[in-house]
Amino acid sequence: MYKVISREAIAPDTFDIWLEHPNIHKRAKPGQFLILRLDEFSERIPLTIVSTAEGRVRVIIKTIGKSTYKLCAVMPGKTIADIVGPLGNPSEIDRFGTVCVIGGGVGIAPLFPIAKALKEAGNRVIGILGAAKKELLIMKDEFLPHLDELYITTDDGSEGIKGTVTVALQKVLKKEKVEVIWAIGPMVMMKFVSLMAAENNTLCWVSLNPIMVDGTGMCGACRAEVGEEVEFACVHGPEFDGRKVKWDELIKRQYQYREEEKRAMEDYLKEMGGKNA
Amino acid sequence: MPEKNKTKMRELDPIQRIGCFEEVALGYSKEEALKEAARCLQCKNQPCVSGCPVGINIPGFIKALREERYKDSAMILKGDNNLPAVCGRVCPQEKQCEARCILGRVPGGDAVAIGRLERFVADLEIPVESVVKPSIHKKVAVIGAGPAGLTVAADLAKEGVSVTVFEAFHTAGGVLVYGIPEFRLPKKIVSNEVQFVQEMGVEFRFNEIVGRTVPFEELVNDYDAVFIGIGAGAPRFMGIPGTNLNNIFSASEFLTRVNLMKAYLFPKYDTPVKIKDRVAVIGAGNVTMDAARTARRLGAKEVHIVYRRSEEEMPARLEEYHHAMEEGIKLHCLTLPVEYLGDANNNVVAMKCVKMTLGEPDSSGRRRPVQLENSEFTMEVDMVIEAIGQTPNAVLKAGFSSVQLNKWGSIQADEETGRTNLPKVFAGGDIVTGAATVIEAMGAGKRSAKAILKYLAGV
Repeated sequence: MYKVISREAIAPDTFDIWLEHPNIHKRAKPGQFLILRLDEFSERIPLTIVSTAEGRVRVIIKTIGKSTYKLCAVMPGKTIADIVGPLGNPSEIDRFGTVCVIGGGVGIAPLFPIAKALKEAGNRVIGILGAAKKELLIMKDEFLPHLDELYITTDDGSEGIKGTVTVALQKVLKKEKVEVIWAIGPMVMMKFVSLMAAENNTLCWVSLNPIMVDGTGMCGACRAEVGEEVEFACVHGPEFDGRKVKWDELIKRQYQYREEEKRAMEDYLKEMGGKNA
Repeated sequence: MPEKNKTKMRELDPIQRIGCFEEVALGYSKEEALKEAARCLQCKNQPCVSGCPVGINIPGFIKALREERYKDSAMILKGDNNLPAVCGRVCPQEKQCEARCILGRVPGGDAVAIGRLERFVADLEIPVESVVKPSIHKKVAVIGAGPAGLTVAADLAKEGVSVTVFEAFHTAGGVLVYGIPEFRLPKKIVSNEVQFVQEMGVEFRFNEIVGRTVPFEELVNDYDAVFIGIGAGAPRFMGIPGTNLNNIFSASEFLTRVNLMKAYLFPKYDTPVKIKDRVAVIGAGNVTMDAARTARRLGAKEVHIVYRRSEEEMPARLEEYHHAMEEGIKLHCLTLPVEYLGDANNNVVAMKCVKMTLGEPDSSGRRRPVQLENSEFTMEVDMVIEAIGQTPNAVLKAGFSSVQLNKWGSIQADEETGRTNLPKVFAGGDIVTGAATVIEAMGAGKRSAKAILKYLAGV
């Protein structure tokens, strides 16, 4: 059993959660993830690690379905059944020169340890953080000390540039030579950043978050075509060169369980409504 | 002379069972068990025992059973086999102990139903105090809580060794919990057997992936010996065009969702599983049968097993195959899918297949399937499960980079002892042999446990 140490709402439907774990901090590196299971009935939920400290690990979650709702409803002091991690391969951090890190929506959270590590490795780090609107923009202040430059984009223009992260990326690429790009966010965002990176012949790491079951390479649910290979995001990734990912296929795979997710959520809300009444 | 044929075991009616996940084979009543036990000739040379990978004293437990000394029978059984309720259900006895039974050689006669008797005695759930010897002050790490790992752990614990099992999942059992379905092996049976191992003092550390969350070298340093029993967990795909279309799954994914994560109880359990009307399952092994029968129970209107060889070469147990046929599953032999076709939403809608014929025997001794020219045809399906085997999990293995591998990418280990190139490190089960059976993995575990004890004693 693992205790929830703290839980804070940092944006609408978005929670910043610290969990107790005896030794994950000893091994976790930027880019890796963990899998947690709330209780006997729960799914195995993969989440990218945002940061760690002695005896604890931090994740940031947006409630989108039953499992994420259930997780965000666990109050500090309560426990969850299982945490396994770190899983996946760490980001390939090095001293490249100028790098650009791009986060969209709740994807900003897993980008944080990567940006920090890139800065520590001596890179000039340009950040682009995008959200639908100002209220949904998370972690801006935390990023600032690790960035040399920051662009904000919002879909509605309520903060920074009005538009998507690619608008800002275009500006950056016009101005200077970027050696490597990291992009984490919705698949559609990662796709368009990757396309732009390909046009500029720039390596673009993306962190894939397809549907997973075991997360240890046993089931192949998270497979994706990357270049000529079929890769499992859980064990061969989660980071891949976005220029080689076959995005359209992957995006369609992502929606496979939509109906089931909807049904589970409806049932859950009904059940919760019943309890509140 | 004893009865010529074995006592039949009652089974759930096919119509009834495809609507649920209840166990199909219902087991013997006391009368049935005694009747069957009476058939045993108690041969002096015990041919059956030589057919058992873990060397159970078969005539011994049957003799005690027919004398209605149930506790003695259970003690004999559990003395040699730590998981008898599991083995009684899933061992291919017809190829092992029962294949050697003299009664089976009588024309038209059946071997003694050893597996069914084993299950009967195990299911009595007579508390058997496991005799654990005083501590010998040695500690062993076992990696993987599947059939091989559980066997090593229990056999060492009995001899006074302190054992810690490292398991990647949140529960013990390995393939017994993620692979074999409830209707063939109820999970309650597995948890009872695991509890028996726990009661011997074996410590389980769940959610630990050695090589990832705990360095392998740390175990090698901290323990007197290490046993690797991580199985062959990586799914194989045929790799034909269209494999990444929606509703195409590995059997491992499909069965893990249903068995380990209990998706058949969705939405009470959160993990969903897909089910469509026309399901094709590729392959013809036990996993194929498990996947096909599971699909049927989840509500698939038609389930088609598609196999590139003929009925004769099918690796599945005959009993499983019969069960599948009784449940209305169709078999298409000498058929090989060559491409999956999808619709605009990337959902699979059909498979392009070719017909095969059998040529000369290949390295497996089975006749090689050869494609017939101009035999292409299309089969309409809206879901596909590939059940063509598993390979060692390359990434789990990567955690043990100092351990030598063989040319198939499995761990190189001595068949008799499980010794690897590292003096302290032993290995057994599917990670050594490639995908095989539960009982073979347990046999390897037994032999390794003996070798580890010798090693610990400095012999």
